[in-house]
Amino acid sequence: MTLQLTDITLTYPDGESRLTALDHVDLTVPAGTTTAVIGPSGSGKSSLLAVAATLISPDSGRVLVDGTDTTALRREERTALRRTRIGIVFQQANLIASLTAVEQLQLMADIDGRSVRDARPRAMELLEAVGMVEAAQRRPHQLSGGQRQRITIARALMNDPAVLLVDEPTSALDHERGEAIVALLTGMTVDRGIATVLVTHDTSHLSSVDAVAEVVDGLLRVPTPA
Amino acid sequence: MFVAWRDLRVAKGRFVLMGAVVVLMTLLVTLLSGLTAGLGRESTSAIADLPADHLAFAGPGDRDVSFSDSVVQPEQWREWSREPGISSATPLGIATSKAVVGGRSIAVSVFGVPAGSPLAPDVTSGQVVLSHDAAADLDITAGADLTVGDHRLDVAEVSGDASYSHLPVVWLALPDWQQLAPGAGHGATVIALSTTDDVDLAAVDQQLGTRTVATGDALSAIGSYTSENGSLQLMRAMLFAISALVIGAFFTVWTVQRSGDIAILKALGATTGHLLRDALGQALVLLVGGTALGAALAAGIGLAAQGVVPFTLTLATTVLPAVVMVVLGTAGAALAVRSLTTVDPLTALGSAR
Repeated sequence: MTLQLTDITLTYPDGESRLTALDHVDLTVPAGTTTAVIGPSGSGKSSLLAVAATLISPDSGRVLVDGTDTTALRREERTALRRTRIGIVFQQANLIASLTAVEQLQLMADIDGRSVRDARPRAMELLEAVGMVEAAQRRPHQLSGGQRQRITIARALMNDPAVLLVDEPTSALDHERGEAIVALLTGMTVDRGIATVLVTHDTSHLSSVDAVAEVVDGLLRVPTPA
Repeated sequence: MFVAWRDLRVAKGRFVLMGAVVVLMTLLVTLLSGLTAGLGRESTSAIADLPADHLAFAGPGDRDVSFSDSVVQPEQWREWSREPGISSATPLGIATSKAVVGGRSIAVSVFGVPAGSPLAPDVTSGQVVLSHDAAADLDITAGADLTVGDHRLDVAEVSGDASYSHLPVVWLALPDWQQLAPGAGHGATVIALSTTDDVDLAAVDQQLGTRTVATGDALSAIGSYTSENGSLQLMRAMLFAISALVIGAFFTVWTVQRSGDIAILKALGATTGHLLRDALGQALVLLVGGTALGAALAAGIGLAAQGVVPFTLTLATTVLPAVVMVVLGTAGAALAVRSLTTVDPLTALGSAR
């Protein structure tokens, strides 16, 4: 089991009271599987992802990433965990404007203190895996939305993560491209034995995921097979 | 520096613009430094280069020393020379006069020294030694004669480039100087002292009614130098401060513009230290490149203009201002980029960029 959220509660300040974003949530994502988290806007999907990504500490509960209890870690340790064990695919295909496609991937080696030059073969290999090797020298403004999202996926895989957290990857894409991205993600998940959480509001791409969990008002319904 | 180098390469326009500002600021501050040093030399070189470590002025110890007010008497320099720890005590007269040759006339600083004094080239009564600038301005050489004040004198030698209060120096024998300087009588302006460690200057001052200061400190007794140098140094300090502010402002805007990228990098696991090193490295590249080019340009301009304006080209007037620019600019950039420590990586998740 690579990602395990146990009894997670997360609240935000809301005037003088507190708003409950996640209410005693449990979620387990085994290695090599993809769990889609669906739900309406404001239901707590992004909060769930932020907690799993160690970007927010929950009020209570435990988050285990590849066997490590992240809630007990200091901030620097959580940062290091994100760098080495967690891959994140952002909603907006957030790429660094000054970097070419291959450099977006080499960047992961740089922030991990490893040789950028030595990381290039792996970066090229991942670009090939996501069908973007032809665009290796292009910068973000020279790429389409789908191409950017593929590069973000490749970047998230660069450091061999145990957990892949994907936030609305199809929101800026048409149905066909969205379908292709989800297929790519689930394929990579199986091939590399990753535990993937796919947050989406679009239920039309769920045929290829292993389980679906729905968040409604901070409560998570038990994942069910897709 | 992985992202920083690529930012520099891709965002050429804004970095070239900022680099040009750094070049121009460095050019200005370096030219001003050379000019300040050059003007300072024109005001003080005759005093600063004296082979004496202290100067004794007339007057009680509680007044600021001044070359224009001081008159020391023969018994004072005789007593000074008898004090233990004094290798030599030589009277030095300083006045301003006019030197005339034919139809040519220039203002000069007239320095009077006893014959055989170690302070100046050997000069005897009825003779004058000209600095090169004075000789050039008057267009004469050794062997010519000229009038200083009312005295007709032979040019014994042309030597050195001493200058005092922006006027070229001419050296006269002390008796000739005493006749030329109003109110000097048999005295001189100051006593130039060569001392050893075991002399109690304050005690001798008290006893002889003099006030002794180190030769370097005596430069502040040249009235025009103090105000002129003070103004120029203030301008230099202001330029340094403005440079730090401009660089700080640029990197503040740049950091705000990059806050989206910084959030992504943090979310991906970049440490704050890594991001700070990257940002400061970028600032350093810009500053070192800009200041090196600015200082080189200033050195070239200074070299070309040396004959026309009093520009001093040394490491202290070129490399030092550049180093100060880099240090202050880095400090300004450091203040600016520290805001990246507050960027929340959470904004990278689902943020509308």
